[in-house]
Amino acid sequence: MMKSGSNLEKILRAGHFAFTGELGPPRGAHAEEVRKKAAHLKGRVDAVNITDNQTAVVRMASWAASLILIQEGIEPNYQMVCRDRNRLAMQADILGAAALGIRNMLCLSGDHCLFGDHPTAKGVFDLDSIQLIRMVKQLRDEGKFQSGADVDGRPAIFIGAASNPFADPFEWRVQRLAKKVEAGVDFIQTQCIYNMAKFREFIRLANEEGLTEKVFILAGITPMKSLGMAKYMKTKVPGMDVPDEIISRLQGVPRDKQAEEGIRIALEQIAELKAMKGVHGVHLMAIEWEHRVPEIAERAGMLPRPLVG
Amino acid sequence: MIVAKRKPFDEILRMIESHRKVLVAGCGTCVAVCLAGGEKEVAVLAAEIDMARRLKNEPIELGQTTLERQCDREYLAQLDGRAEAYEAIVSLACGVGIQFLAERFPKIPVYPGVDTCGLAVNQDVGWYEERCRSCGRCVLDRTAGICPVTLCAKGLYNGPCGGTNRGSCEIDPEQPCAWYAIHERLKGQGRLDCIRAITPAQEWRDTVPRTLIQPGYRKPEKAKA
Amino acid sequence: MRLSYPANVKIVLVPCTGKVDVMHLLKAIQMGADGVYCVGCLEGACHYNQGNLRCRERVERVREILQEVGLEPDRVRMYNLSSGEAPTFVAYAREMTELIRRLGPNPLKNSQPAIRVEEAA
Repeated sequence: MMKSGSNLEKILRAGHFAFTGELGPPRGAHAEEVRKKAAHLKGRVDAVNITDNQTAVVRMASWAASLILIQEGIEPNYQMVCRDRNRLAMQADILGAAALGIRNMLCLSGDHCLFGDHPTAKGVFDLDSIQLIRMVKQLRDEGKFQSGADVDGRPAIFIGAASNPFADPFEWRVQRLAKKVEAGVDFIQTQCIYNMAKFREFIRLANEEGLTEKVFILAGITPMKSLGMAKYMKTKVPGMDVPDEIISRLQGVPRDKQAEEGIRIALEQIAELKAMKGVHGVHLMAIEWEHRVPEIAERAGMLPRPLVG
Repeated sequence: MIVAKRKPFDEILRMIESHRKVLVAGCGTCVAVCLAGGEKEVAVLAAEIDMARRLKNEPIELGQTTLERQCDREYLAQLDGRAEAYEAIVSLACGVGIQFLAERFPKIPVYPGVDTCGLAVNQDVGWYEERCRSCGRCVLDRTAGICPVTLCAKGLYNGPCGGTNRGSCEIDPEQPCAWYAIHERLKGQGRLDCIRAITPAQEWRDTVPRTLIQPGYRKPEKAKA
Repeated sequence: MRLSYPANVKIVLVPCTGKVDVMHLLKAIQMGADGVYCVGCLEGACHYNQGNLRCRERVERVREILQEVGLEPDRVRMYNLSSGEAPTFVAYAREMTELIRRLGPNPLKNSQPAIRVEEAA
């Protein structure tokens, strides 16, 4: 049953393997910077995630950058974090977004303020991501605000959320995914995967729980640009699992060949994911590397993207 | 108990720089236990202020006293008739006591000598860790006695988030992830179903100043003097 | 042994330097003493186990306080020796005296504190 009629939703419900991208808005008011990044992604992905003050660093609002994307003929995945808004602002923004043609949304907790450029700001967290999913579903399917009052004009939103198969405790991650499904999530994008063995186990458990029949799962992929990046991700990013094999592979090639090796690793992963039961697509996060997306999309056999009426 | 930390000395000195006769008032309960504002700390602060001001050639007359508590009127009453002799009071009680004192002597500026830091457990002498935010909607029954409001940096009710980092919170490897700990303890008790159900959006109770009247009692018509 | 140490050193006997409180040291300076020092047992050999370690920490705290109010931290110091070391005792007395002489007199000795203790009613 079509909830939003978005391109991403149509592609997934038609049974195609989805391919989404990501874009971080600029640290200023230049709309042109959004357009420049978006140009690399147009036609190569089904929809583009727009991050919301990623890592608690202030950027152009995700709703605004999402609108710019729509102007460019690209479908946005509007990300909203729980850190910066209370339930009033969230519902207001969702209604506004829906009114202006945004159809996909991701409900995320948000990185703590301490990570960002305003570390002493107050994190709101009036709701957590699961409560947010439920609230959006209630707006859309029951036409009711979180308070219970009627909504006059329901937002038709395809509801997404994130999942991190690599955080501890591992056995709880599938249960938390189940909670998100119960709350009403339509699609999931996972944290970027490097430990394929662990991901296979996660998907196996998710399949066993029947979750992969209730929600579309897009596996997150971020190609390593360099050995330095791999080492950083391994040691400095909370919740990230980078096996030693990845480090070894990048160490085994000369410096100017590391980016190519990183892309090769990503392509191998995508090939396996395409055939994995319970995986409905790939979410490519090539942040600040958007210009390589066309090549990756081509080599991964993702092009041309399906057109669903 | 309530814990507090003595404010930096130069900050206190600046508060009282225009005054020539100041009372340093301590409290013998919570702040005495956490070594911030009891009798000993009052004596040290009075000595510090005296020395610093004499060195600057701006001598100051000081009074020092420690009340049993500053959050109960009967103890504040002991200062009636005596506080008025001072131009200002530096109170080392917690934020509650400072305000009650200020309310009792509205003509005398009352300055905070401490920063009140929360409700904490006593891990060891001088070492206190926050455990409660007095949200007024205790969920400890469902979280194996670990408070997600206080100990989860994001205050999540359906945690952990994706940033949980090998048992630690994403903000600091030294900070345990509350939800990791909740999961482990509930697992040990065979009660994971407590967190399997979705905890719905909160109805916050701490958004306005709260008054508590215990059942069987009522607010008197006029507050007792 | 009949060794002599500088006459400006006044001794306050305590059973253990662990008995010395922050206020004892602070008050001495506050009331005009040019310097105060504690002489305790060698670390690890305190007759009461840790008293001398507590004293050292209190001396450190008082030194911090002196710094904050605008006085030289070196006016308050900690020394350690064993009870048989009379010559060391004299050496410390001489060292402290010399140090204080270099620092000069305590500027607070020319005035008096005006502190009134308000007893509970």
